[in-house]
Parts: sequence; C-alpha cells; structure tokens
Amino acid sequence: MTLTLMTNRGDMTAPRRSAITVRGLRKAFGEQVVLADLNLDVAEGTIFSLLGPNGAGKTTTVEILSTLVAADAGEVHIAGHDLARDPGSVRRSIGVTGQFSAVDGLLTGEENLLLMAELCHLSPADGRRRVDELLERFDLTEHAKKVAATYSGGTQRRLDLAMTLVGDPRVIFLDEPTTGLDPRSRRAMWEIIRELVAGGTTIFLTTQYLEEADQLADRIAVLDQGRLVAEGTAEELKRRIPGGHIRLEFTDERDLTAAARLLDASPEPDSLALQVPGSGVRALRAVLDRLDQEGIEPETLSVHTPDLDDVFLALTSRPGAEKKQEAAR
Amino acid sequence: MSTANYALRDTRTMMRRNFRHSMRYPLLMISSLGVPLIMLILFRFVLGGSIAPSVSSGPYIDYVAPGVILIAAIMGASGTAIAVNTDMKSGIIKRFRTMGISRGSVLAGHVVRSVIQTVIGTALVVGITLAVGFRPKAGLTGWLGALGIVVMLAFALTWLVVAFGLVAQTPEGANSSTLIFQVLPFVSSAFVRPESMPTGVQWFAEHQPFTPFIDAVRGLLMGTPVGNSVLWSAVWCVVLSLVGYVWARSAFERSPSR
Repeated sequence: MTLTLMTNRGDMTAPRRSAITVRGLRKAFGEQVVLADLNLDVAEGTIFSLLGPNGAGKTTTVEILSTLVAADAGEVHIAGHDLARDPGSVRRSIGVTGQFSAVDGLLTGEENLLLMAELCHLSPADGRRRVDELLERFDLTEHAKKVAATYSGGTQRRLDLAMTLVGDPRVIFLDEPTTGLDPRSRRAMWEIIRELVAGGTTIFLTTQYLEEADQLADRIAVLDQGRLVAEGTAEELKRRIPGGHIRLEFTDERDLTAAARLLDASPEPDSLALQVPGSGVRALRAVLDRLDQEGIEPETLSVHTPDLDDVFLALTSRPGAEKKQEAAR
Repeated sequence: MSTANYALRDTRTMMRRNFRHSMRYPLLMISSLGVPLIMLILFRFVLGGSIAPSVSSGPYIDYVAPGVILIAAIMGASGTAIAVNTDMKSGIIKRFRTMGISRGSVLAGHVVRSVIQTVIGTALVVGITLAVGFRPKAGLTGWLGALGIVVMLAFALTWLVVAFGLVAQTPEGANSSTLIFQVLPFVSSAFVRPESMPTGVQWFAEHQPFTPFIDAVRGLLMGTPVGNSVLWSAVWCVVLSLVGYVWARSAFERSPSR
C-alpha cells in the first residue's frame, strides 16, 4: 500500500491525513458502560469498518461521532474540527446514513433530495442539478415522483444514501447500511461505497457482515463490549487466527489410517476424515504429492482458509461468557 | 449569509416541508374545523334561544361568534401536537440533527406552518359565522386588530402544543394533552358572561388566559369597548409563548436518539 492517494480534493501528493481521530472515548448509560476508552484513527479517503456483535457499541460510537449523543469523556476530531467545541463545523463536514431509514416517507424521492439541497444551502439551480445527478446515479429516476413510504427496502436505502450525499460530505458514517437488503441491493450498495472512496471521501462503516468488511474496508476494528479487541487490515486480522487447514475424506478406514500415518495427522474418529494444517498452494501440493506416491486417493478435498468469521468468533465474547460476567457484576 | 439569514431560510424550508405533509394528508386540518362548527350549531340553533336573554340585549350570535372564532384558532393550534409527535418519530428528524442547519428551524417550521394554517382555518369559520347571521360592526382597523389577536393566540398556543407533542410518548397522548384547551373555553366569556357564574368559577373565568383573547376579538369586531383585554391578550401571548418555546427547545435537545 502506498502512502499517497489520488483524490478529487486536490491533495495529490500529501500523505494521508486523519479524517477521524478518537482518543479515550467513554460513554455509559447509567450503570452500563457502552464504550470504554475507545481510540481510533481513520485516514482520509479510506474505508474504516467497525465490526462487532449486537450491543458491542457500534451504533453508540456512530451516534457520538455524528453529534447525536454527547460522550462522557474523550477527544474527537472529524475533518479537522473538534467535536465538543465546534459541532456545527463537524455537522457541515459529515453525512450519516443510519441503520433506520432517515427519509421523509410522506415526500417523494425528488422532494426528499430537494429538501436536502435547500438545507445544504445550495442555490436553486445548483440544487436542481445535484438532485438530477443523484437521481440518475442511484437509479432513482423512475421512482422520483413516488412517495418514499411506498419504496422497497433497497430503493429506500439508496434514496437515504443519496440524501446523505447532496451536501458532498467529506466524511460519511454508514451504520449497518446493508442490513436487511437482498444480495443484489447489497452488492449495488458496495459498488456505490467503492465509488465514493475512489472520489476521496472517507467512510466509517459499521457492519455485522464480515464479508462486507472483508470486501470493502481498508482497515477493520473489532469492537466487543465497548472495547477494541483487534485492529488492522483484513489480512492482518486473519493472520492472527491460526486454523488454515486442508481437509481430506477417504472412502475406507484403510486409506484413512495409511494417510494419517503418512501425513502425521490424527484422523477424525467418526467421519473417515483428516485435517492437515496449512492452506497455501505449496502445502496443498505437498500433501497431494505424498498421497500420490503411496497411491492413496482421497474421496473429497477441501481447503479451509481462516476468514473473518474465525477472527470474529475467536475475538468476541461468547454469550456464555457474557452471562458469567453479568452475574459477577 | 449570516446565521440569522440561515435560520430564516431553514425555517422556511421546514415550513414548506410541513405544509406538504398537511396538504398530502389534510384530515388533521379538516377535523380541527369540526369542533368550532359543532359549537356554532349548538349555541346558535340549539341552546342560543334560552341563553340569549341573559347574555346580551343584541342578537346572541353577535356575542357567541367571537367565542367560536377563538375556538377555531385553539383547535387549529392543538392539532400541531399530533403532527409534531408523529414527525419526531420519523427517521428524518435524526438526520436533521446531524446536519449543519439552524437547530431551532425544525420546531419553528412547525410553528409557522401551524399559525398560517390556523389563521386560514379560522377565516373559514368566520365566513360560516357570517353566513349564519353574525353581523360585526367593525371597520378595517377592527378586523385587522382581531386578526392580530388570533395570530397572537395561535402563536403562543402552538409553542405550548409543540412542547406537548415533544414530551408525549404517543400521538394519542399528545392529542389528549391538548384536551385542556378544548375544555377551557367553556369556563370563559365565550358563551355566557362570567358574571352569571358562582364566585369561584367567575374568578377563574375572568382570569384564565382565553377570556381576554375572546373579549378583545368581541370588542374589536363589534366596535364595543375592549378595556384591558388587548393588553392582557398581549401579556398572555408573551408568557405562554416563552414557556412553550423554552420547554419545547429543551425537550427537543433532550431527546436526541428517540
């Protein structure tokens, strides 16, 4: 990865600056600690994904960063503005598409977008141009004159994001933007997000879908019970979790025992299967070569690479552990 | 553009949004005309005959019409409680809170829409009172004065009602919290003179906020002396608006993630 980035905002050679910095962020609702000493750094023009199970504090983080909720402690800068001292400037730099639809259901799609244009203080001509451009780009033209309450989930979400973009925000918060969407709408949303980042916008994305973070994010942070338990690129996170293996299945016990001896692996008792550590091409070739030499033919073979699911499950707490903690309180 | 200009512009934008809502779903607006019209029929054609002699020497409709006109204004403003409560539950309000817009414009937009709509609704009711025999003696000044009184009442009441709408949990709750405004006119000078009431009730009727508004409109439209009623209307307008405004603003800031 290079340190420079082509953006449409003019800074072609400058190293990446931070779009969002968070230091020592804390938030509790009564007794319940939601965020405990959160630190984050999001570089300009990148996608940062906050990953975590339900109730980890993702939405609270977005609500604090988007000025909806006040933090108990901590320092936040967004697009160079201090969140506590100058929330107005922060609001003028950000766009938010939350988990729940933030469109006016009683207005048409076009009226919703024109409303945003007026509130962003665009001139009528500029507003009109921007709205037409967004209707086109988000495939909303045929829905433009219909009342938004009648839209399907995917269309409503597209309108929601289009509204967020009217003011051309530098930093966009997307709180679970594809939750509840069908696979096609989800992919369309990913495409839009990638285009935005290519244009130099910074995206702060929360999601429960590991695939989504894997597909989109430059950096991923895993949040669990208000604490960051891991941070890095998808590759870095996957590397932290051992568990890449090759799984072989045999037709009979004889082949299984022979292969187990040959590959120095212990057979699974019930299923006539073997797991051999390693998941790369070289490991795979070595395993197959050795079996070939002895004339053993596995019935099936599958390669299991660690994915974010493994990372997620390994790093975040299980419901059982949670219960124990609660009982201890 | 200055901050004040932005505040005005944002309020105008929000007002237009609210007008779109009420044009698209006009039921609330229409139903707010129901109560004053029922009152008019009741007191003009049903009860009027037996109340009239004890109230005024002239036609009873000339006494009761100003009361009905003010009830129209009260009902118009009260409907805003439901509108605000429903609106605050919609996701777009949360979006507004994250945008660089004037903080007060969301509520101010509701208030301006409500006042304009209330004045229009009240004008319709005035037309109907004229049709059933109301004969005001006022010149242009009297009419303008009465308009001013209606606007003051609508403005003050709307700010209060906006606060009601913000603190209520449900639209039904918001609606029933405005019931008090529908009942108060019965214990005022709207239908009968307070002097005819028992002492305690009379004291209340003379001092409750709606009485000066009703007396002022009656005096201005009938060309009779208004006494202190215009002054008291202005005082109540300032007091109720201030209470409503401060309450509504703090309620709006308090409930960010609802």
